[in-house]
Formats: sequence, C-alpha cells, structure tokens
Amino acid sequence: MAGLRKRRARRQQALRWVVVTLFAVLFLLPLIAMFEFTTRDGWDTWRVFFNWKALGETYPILWTGMKASFWLVLLSVALTLVLLVPTVVWVRLRLPRLRRVVEFVSLLPLTVPAVVLVVGLAPVYAWVVYFVGGSSVTLFLAYTVLALPFAYRAIDAGLSAIDVRTLSEAARSLGSSWATVMWRVVLPNIRSAVLSAAFLTVALVLGEFTIASLLNRDNIQVAINQLGKSSATMSVAVSLAALVLAFALLFLLSFAGRRRNRERKTS
Amino acid sequence: MTAPTTGTLEAPTTTGVRGGRRHRSRIRDLLGVVPFFVYVAVFLFIPTIVVVVGAFAGDDGRPTLENISALADDYIVEAFVRSITLSAVTAILGAVIGALVAYAVVTAGPDSLVRRLVTSACGVLAQFGGVTLAFAFIATIGFSGFVTVFLKDSLGIDIFSGGMWLFDLPGLVLVYTYFQIPLMVIVFLPALDGVRPQWREATESLGGSTFYYWRRVAAPLLAPAFIGSTLLLFANAFSAYATAAALVSQGSPIVPLQIRSALTSEVLLGRENLGKAMALGMVLVVALVMWLYGLLQRRTSRWLD
Repeated sequence: MAGLRKRRARRQQALRWVVVTLFAVLFLLPLIAMFEFTTRDGWDTWRVFFNWKALGETYPILWTGMKASFWLVLLSVALTLVLLVPTVVWVRLRLPRLRRVVEFVSLLPLTVPAVVLVVGLAPVYAWVVYFVGGSSVTLFLAYTVLALPFAYRAIDAGLSAIDVRTLSEAARSLGSSWATVMWRVVLPNIRSAVLSAAFLTVALVLGEFTIASLLNRDNIQVAINQLGKSSATMSVAVSLAALVLAFALLFLLSFAGRRRNRERKTS
Repeated sequence: MTAPTTGTLEAPTTTGVRGGRRHRSRIRDLLGVVPFFVYVAVFLFIPTIVVVVGAFAGDDGRPTLENISALADDYIVEAFVRSITLSAVTAILGAVIGALVAYAVVTAGPDSLVRRLVTSACGVLAQFGGVTLAFAFIATIGFSGFVTVFLKDSLGIDIFSGGMWLFDLPGLVLVYTYFQIPLMVIVFLPALDGVRPQWREATESLGGSTFYYWRRVAAPLLAPAFIGSTLLLFANAFSAYATAAALVSQGSPIVPLQIRSALTSEVLLGRENLGKAMALGMVLVVALVMWLYGLLQRRTSRWLD
C-alpha cells in the first residue's frame, strides 16, 4: 500500500513537472515574444515608456487613457465596496429572505455579455452626460455592474467564514450603533475578502475594453488599441507592462487569500 | 380548559403590538438595501429592458417583429453559427487541456508556490486578456512576430503560406483557446480540491485498479463539474468581444462584431434596432447555457464541496 502510494506520488510529480513546464512555456512565450518585439530596434521604446513626460508628449492618447483608467479603478472599487459590503451584511443580518434575491441580482451580469449591456447602456449614458458630463471617468458607473458578480462572490465567501449574526448581536447588546457594528466589528473580520473583491475589481477595470470602446470613451485598453494602428511597438510594450502588472497584482492577492484560510484553520 | 383559552386570547394582542413595531422596523430594514437596488435598476435592469423592448420596436418606436425576423437573414445566421462553433470548439479544447493542467496543479498541494504562480497566471490570462492578448499574439505569431520570424529564418517554415489566418476565424480559435485554458483551470480547481484521497484509498483497499478508480469513482463524480465548467467556458467565449475587436480587421465574422457594426454604422436605414435584436439573441443563448450551468453546479456541490 505504502509502496503503491509512493509510486503514485512519483508518477504524479513527473506529470506535474511536464504539464507545468509546458504551461509555463506557453505562458511565457508570448511575453518573451513581446519583449523581443519591443527591443528589436534598440531600447528606445522602453526609454520613452519610463520617461513619463516624454510618453505623454509623444503619445497623448496613452496619457489620457492611463489617467482615465487610474480614476476609473479608484471610483469603481469605491462604488463596488460601498454598494455591496453594507448591503450584503445588512441582508444577512436583517433581511435573510432577500439573500437569494441579492445573490441572483449580483450574479446576473454574468448572463448579460458586456457587448449586450453596452447596447442598452447608450440611452442611460445619454442621461449621465446630461447630468454630470461626458467624461470617460463616468464609466465607473457601468464598470461596477461588471464587477458585481466577482465582488459579491468574494465578499459572500468572506462572510460565510465568520458568524456575523453572533458578532453583531454581541456588539449591539453592548450598546454599539449599526454603523459601529459595520465599521469596527464586521469589516475588520472580512478584511481579506474585501481586499480580494477590490483586487478583482481593479483587474477587471484595467482590462475592460468593450464598454469604453463602444461608448467612444477613453481608457488604457482603448488607448492600446488605438496606438496599435500607429505605433505597434509602443502598444505591445504597454500590453506587456499591463500583463506583468496584472500578474503581480493577482500573485499578491493569492497570499491574501491564503492567509484568510490559515486564520480560519487556527480559529 | 380556561387557561389555554386566555392564553390563546392574549397571544394575538401581543403579536399585534409587536407586529406593528416589527412592521415599522421592517420598513427601516428595507431602506438599507434601497441604494443597491436603485443602482442595479438604473445600470443593469434599464439597459436590459432597453435591449428587450428595442428588439421589438421599429425606428418609429412602434412594436414590430421586423428586427426579430431579420435575425433569419443569411449573414446574421452565419454569424451566430460561427460564434457558436467558435465558442464550442474553444470551450472543449480549453476544458480538456485546462482540466489536465488543473489536475497537475492540484497534486502539488494547496499552499505550494507552483499552484500560486499558475493560478495567478491563469487569473491574468482568463480575466484580464482582451486587447493585450491580441497584441501578445501579434508580437508572437503576427507578420513579423517572434515565432513567425524564427520559423521562417531558421527552419524555413512560413506559417502564413496559406494566407493571413491570424486575423480571421482560425486566429480567433487560437487566441480564444489561449484564454479558455486558464479559465478552466480556475473554475475546475475547486472541484478537484473536493476529491478526497480517502475515496481512492477505499477503491484500492477493495482491489480496484487506477483505471477502475478513474472510470468508476472519479469520472462520475467530476463529470457534472467538468460539463458545467465547459458550459461556462462556452458562455465566456460567446460573450467575448475585445480580443476579436482588436484582432479582426476586416468584416464581422462573429455576433459581437456584428453588433459593433450595427452600433457604429448607420448604413442600413430602418434597421436601427437590429443590434438590439442580435443582443437579445446573445442574451438568450448565454442565459440558456448559464441555466444549465446552474443545474450542474447544484449536482456538483452534492459531493464535491
């Protein structure tokens, strides 16, 4: 039995190395190709890329796109968390019968492709333009819809790991207000879940193209696409930087998620 | 006899008072979810209603079935067929290869560096993708891409001797598979995590071979999760837009690109709402697939949770 298990472990390890190596090659090949592509005619592309002033002057689209994406990330994360965290906690505590409804609604955007949503968003955005203007930054209102399913799952998983009801009843019976319960009791307990919801929203907003492009707004992806028509090397360089950045972001997130699991195990 | 009667007589009055208070606090409770539902109503429900109503309205706003019947036009039917074929092929390729990668990763243990690196890489490729992936492929196997040049210069192979397929449907199959595999890894890993080593040990102690274990224990347990994940991959490819928009330069072979041309060009008079009809068609396909996915998900969670 033990020999059998050892043999199987060895076989699994061999398989793991073969598959993971193949995967790594396939994952890295485009990245290496992108790097080679951008450095084929010297390092000028990267020199411009890291000199932000020159970058803004040479490629104004890129600069506006980056600025817009920066604000979009901040505002989308803020709106997603402000909208979702209190609602999900509140529903768990006070309105358990609405839980299925909130879950259904939050996961609904998965069945509405972004390209479909944009068709229906056009008239809504006519009103947005009327009230607050046509800036690209207003896209965060639409991006929050796209982020809902992922953020909901993360927050819901975090809340399932703790006993919200007991915690909040304890705090309430000691005389704290609902705001205190939310801010000082529930939130610190689901910190890593909130963090992971925020990370997922960041990644989603940085990668969004469909809505921005079809509503004629600017963001980093639209800029990359525009740039591809005039300066292929620069657009590939920005793509590479974006992919590496997103990878670093998610790699960090994997540590946050693990820590949560360990906490749960020890408690 | 009297005591219970007074008891039952008293009960309604107390619940009446408490009921009133409960009613008031219930309204206060409901106020807490108003912002969420108002937001969702404006940015999710209204757009969906606009699409559904618009699909049945003519340019003058009168109800009509013209847009829907226009869906039977050859070029739209072909776009739907191509979209569905593309999604099905890449979903199956992605599911098979992705399941293998997921299995290899799961044998490494939940906290290992390999797993962390692979899942992060998968997250990037599966969800971040879009335009950046299109450019990654242009740099890799485009006209002057790294691999293209290497193959031509050192091996004398011209991968584009049969035409520039990267910017057409075959190219889409390649790039879509490239982001379907990582998505499969992400959605299939939890199911594999749910497979307990004890099940295998039980099979072995009862004299079952490895093949028997996979055939009779693991496969039936994992089948719903595998099919469900494949459906999710299908929906993912079917709704994808960015990669195709950045890659395909000529024509609109698939539905999302048809919607783009319906939105951006106003060539076809009297067809203002055709885009909405196509959008409705897309929603119906995705909703059907996601409904099946939900059914399978419920079946999966019975064992692998």
